[in-house]
Amino acid sequence: MTATVTAPPPTLAATTSGRRKFKNNLATVLVTSSFVVAVIPLVWLLYTVISRGLHAITRDGWFTRSQRDITYKDPGGGAYHAILGTFEQVLLCSIISIPIAILVGVYLVEYGRGWLARTTTFMVDILTGIPSIVAALFIYAVFVTAFGGSRAGWLVSLALVMLMIPVIVRTTEEMLKLVPNELREASYALGVPKWKTILRIVLPTAFTGILTGIVLGIARVAGETAPLLILVGYSPNTNGNLFNGFQGSLPGMINDQVANIGNTRVLVNGRPVSIHYAADRMWGAALTLIIIVMALNVIARLIARRNKVTN
Amino acid sequence: MAKRIDGKNLNIYYGKFLAVEDVSFTIAPRSVTAFIGPSGCGKSTVLRTINRMHEVIPGAHVEGEVQLDGDNIYAENVDPVDVRRTIGMVFQRPNPFPTMSIYDNVAAGMKLQGGRKNKGELDGVVEQSLRGANLWEEVKDRLNKAGSGLSGGQQQRLCIARAIAVKPQVLLMDEPCSALDPISTLAIEDLIQTLKETYTIVIVTHNMQQAARVSERTAFFNLSATGRPGELVEMDETEKIFSNPTDKRTEDYISGRFG
Repeated sequence: MTATVTAPPPTLAATTSGRRKFKNNLATVLVTSSFVVAVIPLVWLLYTVISRGLHAITRDGWFTRSQRDITYKDPGGGAYHAILGTFEQVLLCSIISIPIAILVGVYLVEYGRGWLARTTTFMVDILTGIPSIVAALFIYAVFVTAFGGSRAGWLVSLALVMLMIPVIVRTTEEMLKLVPNELREASYALGVPKWKTILRIVLPTAFTGILTGIVLGIARVAGETAPLLILVGYSPNTNGNLFNGFQGSLPGMINDQVANIGNTRVLVNGRPVSIHYAADRMWGAALTLIIIVMALNVIARLIARRNKVTN
Repeated sequence: MAKRIDGKNLNIYYGKFLAVEDVSFTIAPRSVTAFIGPSGCGKSTVLRTINRMHEVIPGAHVEGEVQLDGDNIYAENVDPVDVRRTIGMVFQRPNPFPTMSIYDNVAAGMKLQGGRKNKGELDGVVEQSLRGANLWEEVKDRLNKAGSGLSGGQQQRLCIARAIAVKPQVLLMDEPCSALDPISTLAIEDLIQTLKETYTIVIVTHNMQQAARVSERTAFFNLSATGRPGELVEMDETEKIFSNPTDKRTEDYISGRFG
């Protein structure tokens, strides 16, 4: 007895699956090459900054000395004054921004209804698009022109607040929206009031994401230059006072070194060679800035990991 | 400590939409009452009005009264938070708090409701609740591991433990087994049989065999047409509902001649 088996039409099957395979391969190639194109500039940038800046920051005194009395003709000096200034300005900015931004995000997701929420969202959108120099001019107009204050580090912090808040509000909002409603309901059903549900259930669940938003916000403002130029100027000397006088900062230092980049000729083995001391320090300051932002990133990840319950 | 529940002429709204119309019922203490009916007939909605979870949804509101041993929980001076401390709830999908360990999940209600509890007291309640939810033996060695690492059935029992840890009078269960396999379902059904000695239990289920197995009384909800509000068709002893229902619509639904 022979069983009759009808074979499926081979040509049709071959062509459809062939076309599908082609499309799949095409998409894979497109996606992969886009990734490579996106990564090339990043790697290139990191390579350039590290290769040119590394010997400046590994030199003795980079993290302990300022640029006091050092001109483009002199080697050496450090970035201590700049690291200190940037650290203080960003710290003050963070202390003001982080609580406000997180509370705004909580308001928009957990409470916001009606015109106030819509207006807030709209304002945050506008703030996101504000150029840093406009924020700086606004602070200058209010505190220096109108109130007659003098330029100082804390004004930079205030300008940076306007740039940092929208970044953190946005990420907080997105992260809170990702928290499933079922968790809120589970908490309400246990007889937990709404504010405590937000504080003890919703925020901890979104904690890692919000932390990432904070680091993004800090990275965004730490490299801002316009507010520095307008609101505090630059000083090569160490000034730890946020409320008085010019202050060094890493972007300010980069800017200053570029502005005074002139070359110096020295004799190496009896022949004159051009050396750019200022350029070295510029790359060093740039690398320092990148290292600080990366270190913050790592710290945030470590904190996030420590807070996680293991399975 | 279990309490009796009376629903009186409940009209339940989502915004302007009337989802459930004129529902009245009585639920006896220390019993299991099942709500059955087709999807969208409002049985979960009615369940959520019993502990004022319905109003958590923006625009949702309720007309009528729900009485807990004669006290209207919708009275003006009643705080919904207090209502929910008395009437616990277990949801369709297991929802342990992902940031918390098994221990903390069970202790969450007590800790978050405020009021100081010492460690020993807390330990006692956690163990007692996990035993009550028939989960203690499975998790006692890993109380500090994440609750979300458990299997679906274990997670649901963890949620039951979490709900009974705050010592409610009533336990509402919204299709607690619909996301579980038959073995886990059996475990939960056995648990319901034990829990009813202490609590008043109301369970919403799509599974009629389950309603027949676990409940003493059954309420059949229906909606006359799409877009019309749901209504309570009849409520009676489970045995009577499944063998000799009064209403033709109940009989049609039970016997599968529905729609």
